[in-house]
Parts: sequence; C-alpha cells; structure tokens
Amino acid sequence: MKKITIQLNGESRRLSVVPNLTLLDALRGQLGIKTPKEGCGRGDCGACTVLLDGKAVRACLILAIETDGQTIVTLEGVSKDGLSGLQKAFLKNNVFQCGFCASGVILAASALLVENPDPSEHEVREALAGNLCRCTGYEPIVRTVLQVAKKTLTKAPVRGKRS
Amino acid sequence: MSIACEFEYAKPATLKEALRLLARRVPGGAIPLVGGSDLVAWLRDGAIQPGLLVDLKGLEELRGIKLKNGKLWIGAAVTFSEILESKLVKKHAPLLIESSGMVASVGVRNRATMAGNICSAVPCCDSGPVLQVYQASIHVSLPRSRKTIPATKWFVGPRKTAMAQGGIVTGISISTGKHAGAFAKLKRYRGEDLAQASVAVRVDAKGLWRVAYGSVAPTPIRGPKAERLLKGEKKPAAVLLKKASAVAEMECSPITDIRSSKEYRRLMVGVMLKRSVQLAAKRLAGRVADYGINCLEEDA
Repeated sequence: MKKITIQLNGESRRLSVVPNLTLLDALRGQLGIKTPKEGCGRGDCGACTVLLDGKAVRACLILAIETDGQTIVTLEGVSKDGLSGLQKAFLKNNVFQCGFCASGVILAASALLVENPDPSEHEVREALAGNLCRCTGYEPIVRTVLQVAKKTLTKAPVRGKRS
Repeated sequence: MSIACEFEYAKPATLKEALRLLARRVPGGAIPLVGGSDLVAWLRDGAIQPGLLVDLKGLEELRGIKLKNGKLWIGAAVTFSEILESKLVKKHAPLLIESSGMVASVGVRNRATMAGNICSAVPCCDSGPVLQVYQASIHVSLPRSRKTIPATKWFVGPRKTAMAQGGIVTGISISTGKHAGAFAKLKRYRGEDLAQASVAVRVDAKGLWRVAYGSVAPTPIRGPKAERLLKGEKKPAAVLLKKASAVAEMECSPITDIRSSKEYRRLMVGVMLKRSVQLAAKRLAGRVADYGINCLEEDA
C-alpha cells in the first residue's frame, strides 16, 4: 500500500493504492468516478479516457500509483459547473445512442479543441480515431465537434489578432 | 478484468538507483516501466508476472529531444506525441513524424514512448523499420557499463531484444543529413490498428536507398536486395520499381495470423515498396514537402 495524492476534478484527493491497481479501477472503485468505462481493457476502445495533466490518456493502461502528484480530469470535472458547450451540442444533436463511448469521446474532443480550436475534419477524425463507437457510425460525432469549433471561433476573438 | 499478479513498485530519481533496483533479485524479476501501454496490457493478460516494476519517468536523463554531437537525440521517456510536436524531429528525422503518427491513437501516443515500442519488440512495431533505415543507435546503460546497439541488430526475435537483462535504454540517436523517405502501413481499416505489414524507405542525396519491412518476419528486417537494386537511382523508372517490388516480396517471410494471410502480406509489401519509393523520390526532388501521410491510403 502506498499513499498518493492526486488533483481530481479540481479537488485534492488522497488515497491508498496497491501497485497493481489501475487508474481506472481506482477512479471507479475507490473514488466514485463512474464516467470512465472499461471497454476493451487494452487501450483500443478509448472508453476509459481521462485527461492526465491535460492530455487524453487510457486509464486502463496506467497504474494509479504512477499518477501521484498529477492532475486528472474526468467527465465529472468537465460538467462540474453545468454542461460544457460541447456536451450541450452533443445533446441537442442527439449524437449518442447507448452512450458507452460518450465520456471518452467528449474528453478526447475537449482536449483537441483546447490544443487546436479550429481543427479540420481530418484532424477531428484523427483525434477521435481511438474512441470506438458502435452505434453512430461517427458522422454525427465529427459533425458536432466541427460545429462547436466553428461556433466558438466566431464568438470569441481569435487570440493573437488583437492589437 | 484487473491485474492478477502482485508486484512492488519503485520510482527512482537517478539512473544509478534505477540500475540498482533492476539488478535486484526478486521472484519474477524486475522490469522497467515508462509509458506502460504494452506493459500494463501484458500485466492484465497475465503474459508477464514481474516482482518489481521500476518506473523510469523520474529520470532526467531520459527526457527531451536535442541535437547532440551532430546527431538527433531522442530520450527514452519521450512520447510519440512529443515526437510529433518536435520541430527538431521534423527537420532532422521527418520519417519519424510519418511512422509515429500511425502508432495506435492519440490517447495511446500521449503516453507511449518510441523506446518502449522497440523494447516491447513485437514484430509489428511501427518504429522498428524506420529506425532501421535511419541506422539509429540505441543507447543502453548497464550497472557497470554503457553500450550502443545499432537498430539493425536490436531485434533478435519476437519480444526479444539485444539489450541484456537489467539494462535501461536511455535514448535513441540518429545521424543528420539531407535525405528523404516514406513509411507505409497496411491496416485492416483507417484509424488505429496494428500493422498487417509495413515498409520504410530512406534515400540520400547520392541516391543510396535503405529499405526495411515490418510485420512480415519475426522482427523488423532490412531489405538488402531491394536496396542494391535501387542503388544510385534518385528517380527509379517504372521497370526498376516493378523489379524492386518483386524482390521485396521475396525477401520478406510473412506468416498467416488473425490480421492477414501470408500471401496478402507478401503481395502488399511489393505494392508498399513501390509507393513509398515513389513518394520518397518525389520528396527528395523537393516536390512534396510534408511528412505524415500513409501513401497506401492517400496521395501526397
């Protein structure tokens, strides 16, 4: 057993972990965070996606003990102060069906839009290629991410262009 | 499913301490951990049952991409995403941009490392063929010595490398100089998949070619016959390309498995050789600049 401290969705959390506990099991089993799902358990499906220090990663392939001192954001954190713009758009467009992939897709897309606020369709598909969805055929997902990017861009002044 | 086997975990702050930990005699052995993308999957499968994991992410020596003694140095803890974002890599070893961009998906690339990719040493690893055509050097630290292993001698069998037990890869270095290249990867579908077969080619200003194949032998392998055939040809003619394709088909030795039949792999190695040589020749002539496409799936 080792005590680790993580910043989880803006709160400092301390927990005891055994070395063979995955981050996914720690989140779901010990911390009550249920949005990351276990799909394939080997990094292919993306259902367990969380943001680790801002980067989308696979919680099923990371040991909890490795994350001592790091910052983790899950979907619970994204919607802490109400649904994000992306979530609202997904809801409005009725994008998901079963919803198993939704948490991973939203986190991966959120990370993309932070890094690249104006992605091309190819870039959106590339960023989400590791998030498998068996319901939608991906079209509504890609369309909605592009729609939100466009809307955000026209609303906010582009950084760097201000004098 | 969770991880059944139990092990200890240590995160040393120095290379010396890490080597000491890896030399510890524990039941099941001690193994290094960096990205963990293969390692944790293998732990979950029960394919490996180590007694101790030594997390190398605290070692300063393993970080960063830099120019060192006229060579491009990529630390062992550098992730594929960091490679993809690096201006130094783009300038000096652009083929790595092409191959790294085809590794799994963004969520894996944010964590997985190129050094880990070649330490796992599965026959389909995407970094192997490219590092072989770059004649990259793999730098290994051992408790009492250091050694440099050429990428062409690194892979000794499926999941087996030339690095001795207890060693740590500190980084990978690549010679700089004018060149062009291309990497092609055959997958069952667009998006993330392991390679059914892959081909890397590199050509320099004198028209000297280096060729390597992945996923069509027990390890990534060089293609000496195709290299000889193409020698001196900066713009190989169609007849020569056809010959080179036929040679490539014969100098690999694929097997049939869940991802593909050996016949299909062999045939496609010929196609991939042709297309990647064509693309590399275009790039050498300065007609196509950007790296990061799969010439099997899209036109440059």
